Amino acid sequence: MNGEVRDLAVDTRTTLLDALREHLQLTGSKKGCDHGQCGACTVMVDGRRIYSCLTLAVMHEGDEVTTIEGLGQPGNLHPMQAAFVKHDGYQCGYCTPGQICASVAMLEEIKAGMPSHATADLTAAPRLTPEEIRERMSGNICRCGAYSNIVDAITEVAGRQA
Amino acid sequence: MKFDTPATTNPIDQLKVVGKPVDRIDGPLKTTGMAPYAYERHDVAPDQAYGHVLGAGIGKGRIAAMDTAVAKAAPGVLAVLTTLDMPRLEKGQMNTAFLFGGADIQHYHQAIAVVVAETFEQARDAAAMIQVRYVREPGRFDLAAEAPNAKLTSADSGEGSGAAHEERIGDFEAAFAQAPVTLDATYTTPDESHAMMEPHATIAAWEGDRLTVWTSNQMVAWGRRDLAKTLGIPAEKVRLDSPFVGGGFGGKLFLRADAVLAALGARTAGRPVKLALARPLMANNTTHRPATIQRIRIGAGRDGRITAIAHESLSGDLPDGQPETAVSQTKLLYAGANRLTAMRLAVLDLPEGNAMRAPGEAPGLMTLEVAMDEMAERLEMDPVEFRILNDTQEDPEHPGRRFSQRQLVRCLREGAERFGWNRRAAKPGGHREGRWLVGMGVAAGFRNNLVMASGARVRLDGGGGVTVETDMTDIGTGSYTIIAQTAAEMMGVPLEKVAVRLGDSSFPVSAGSGGQWGGNSSTAGVYAACMKLREAVAQRLGVNSAEASFVDGEVRAGNRVAPLGQAAGVDGLVAEDRIEYGDLAKRYQQSTFAGHFVEVGVDAATGETRVRRMLAVCAAGRILNPKSARSQVIGAMTMGVGAALMEELAVDKRHGFFVNHDLAGYEVPVHADIPHQDVVFLDEVDPISSPMKAKGVGELGICGVGAAVANAIHNATGVRVRDYPITLDKLLDRLPEVA
Repeated sequence: MNGEVRDLAVDTRTTLLDALREHLQLTGSKKGCDHGQCGACTVMVDGRRIYSCLTLAVMHEGDEVTTIEGLGQPGNLHPMQAAFVKHDGYQCGYCTPGQICASVAMLEEIKAGMPSHATADLTAAPRLTPEEIRERMSGNICRCGAYSNIVDAITEVAGRQA
Repeated sequence: MKFDTPATTNPIDQLKVVGKPVDRIDGPLKTTGMAPYAYERHDVAPDQAYGHVLGAGIGKGRIAAMDTAVAKAAPGVLAVLTTLDMPRLEKGQMNTAFLFGGADIQHYHQAIAVVVAETFEQARDAAAMIQVRYVREPGRFDLAAEAPNAKLTSADSGEGSGAAHEERIGDFEAAFAQAPVTLDATYTTPDESHAMMEPHATIAAWEGDRLTVWTSNQMVAWGRRDLAKTLGIPAEKVRLDSPFVGGGFGGKLFLRADAVLAALGARTAGRPVKLALARPLMANNTTHRPATIQRIRIGAGRDGRITAIAHESLSGDLPDGQPETAVSQTKLLYAGANRLTAMRLAVLDLPEGNAMRAPGEAPGLMTLEVAMDEMAERLEMDPVEFRILNDTQEDPEHPGRRFSQRQLVRCLREGAERFGWNRRAAKPGGHREGRWLVGMGVAAGFRNNLVMASGARVRLDGGGGVTVETDMTDIGTGSYTIIAQTAAEMMGVPLEKVAVRLGDSSFPVSAGSGGQWGGNSSTAGVYAACMKLREAVAQRLGVNSAEASFVDGEVRAGNRVAPLGQAAGVDGLVAEDRIEYGDLAKRYQQSTFAGHFVEVGVDAATGETRVRRMLAVCAAGRILNPKSARSQVIGAMTMGVGAALMEELAVDKRHGFFVNHDLAGYEVPVHADIPHQDVVFLDEVDPISSPMKAKGVGELGICGVGAAVANAIHNATGVRVRDYPITLDKLLDRLPEVA
């Protein structure tokens, strides 16, 4: 868990999300719908993004989980967190940790050559266009409607990485 | 401080901190997941148990019996409290539907039980074990069918939108009959859901007869008052804390079942209780924007001048509810000597209709601004020019009553210029790019500016730091930041020297967050408190406050220079005040204006609409922080796209409920639906509104967007859809032949 080994005894019904929020008190991962419909609970498991409300905690024994708390902290922000602040890529803040975790993992997916619905040529390396970013981020709802700014934040970080 | 004459030059005009696009001061907390939302306060009360709310499975009727034996015996269960265990609780002042108590069911998913258990999973599962025997009664679930029973009803949304049941100026019928060019069209807008990301959630803890709730609420003082009223306890015994709100949009203006049932559950279980409404409960258990059926008639001369305009709206609500004030903007937006507005309200047994972002104007402009587009087409005029021709510089119902500022024409002109409006094909269906039919649309945006009394307390410490306390909320609007900017400007300190504490009912009562009044009003309250603090500082330092300037952490007066913190002494210096308003709002019409421009592509084969470009040009007084204000506007534009293209609570007219009551069934815009958005704020200061000379923008951004999208679709395809949302099925059989 964010680089530390954590021992937990949980109900078999406990989702990964509730294990984080209620048992480990890592409340950065948000519960917006609890049904895999909004993306606010997005975390990374072994480097891949996942809706933590749609998976049970007991399925992740031995896995490496990275949450928003593991990416950076106030005073020590991850570049994506800093870009969200700079571009005002959030408003109420409730979808924000999920958006940031999803963005970080999504850029890795593009780097790894994974295509999306917006990829015209499935055999070529996907390009980092706004259309690709929007398509790949569409599992994370922001009801405040910060999308335009979120894409700007991600584009800046992606540009810096490239 | 009483604000009853227009503002003159004041310390805010320095604009060293105010008016700058600074990053949000709560940004690092929000982006690292450290901002504590209601359900996440592990620190505030020990030994929290979990609550789960059960909603009624019928739309109308009563409960004959509830069997809780199995649920009570389930593992970990601490308490089961049902609606049959107590008489119907009194309603809060702001509530239409009852929140709990008694056997009668007013609407689907009305709360009927709360289960408290050691864990979330135990509470949820035990709630499913409660057996309920209902007696269903016939209900009124179909707005159109209830139209004949609807009554003319006046209303004020309380959010800057309102109208008399029927208002007549001149002789509408005669003028309309004589007009050479006319339109008589009926439009519908559906029920919509706020669908904020954070569900309604509360942790409740009792200490003796004192109750504290950590909750998610836009209006702290209303919530505290109505929670006390509902529970039948004195308001002094209730503390409500809401420092971070994960979205509201009007859905968290009022006390809801989460706070009531957390409090009752905690009392029954004898432990602090935390609970959140499950997402699938929210659409039917809470409030929504009501559907409307609107008829608009416009008559104009061949020169394009409107001579007759009528806007009538029908909506429904539970008994004692209110109509959606969809005709409100039509009273003020365009000139025309002969006018009629009317609102009719039908009694429905659907869940409670209430305020959602720009109640009244949002659905009202979705229809009025399409009607204006239709008229422009009949007149063979450019829709921008048609609007400009019919601009008015005075309140059309009260000639001689001026707007404090009205730059609608500039919004439209500048928007047209920036958007490349001259490239729009005048003839619908005239622009094709491959499979895409491309079109542009325009709409005027209009929303009144409300001013609300607002209080704050400011504290100066020996190090020159300033702390602001007010029960104002930040629902994503940027309150923390603009309040800090205001205090920094007033006290002459850098932003980093200001701390802002919000949302606690033990702080001075503020305007709260609603009706786009929050930004201007709450900072005006902070201004008032800071003026008092400046006075106290000057007195401590023995200088004349009128001569003192507060700059760079120092107080300067004549030859004297003292560090600001020196005035605080060891105990600090505290000042509290509130802004109150005289009759300027009566003497002048205070409104905000926008020009919304949208370009869409409609798939020539499938009818799928994609928004390609969006621009809003806004005139809304001084912009306190262009970065967060822009965010307010793009967010509202996004919600406007949702309203135009996808958002609709589907009504089951047999059983009486909203069927698509989660985020899979109720579609809202996602990343892929929204292009880059441009926002321009015109230079404007409005000394009539407040010492801040600012107005609201948070709702202006949605007002008109839906119509601009609809008009763009018409321009792209030639198809006019008067029934929102404009989904592809409504276009498909009317699209031009695919070549």
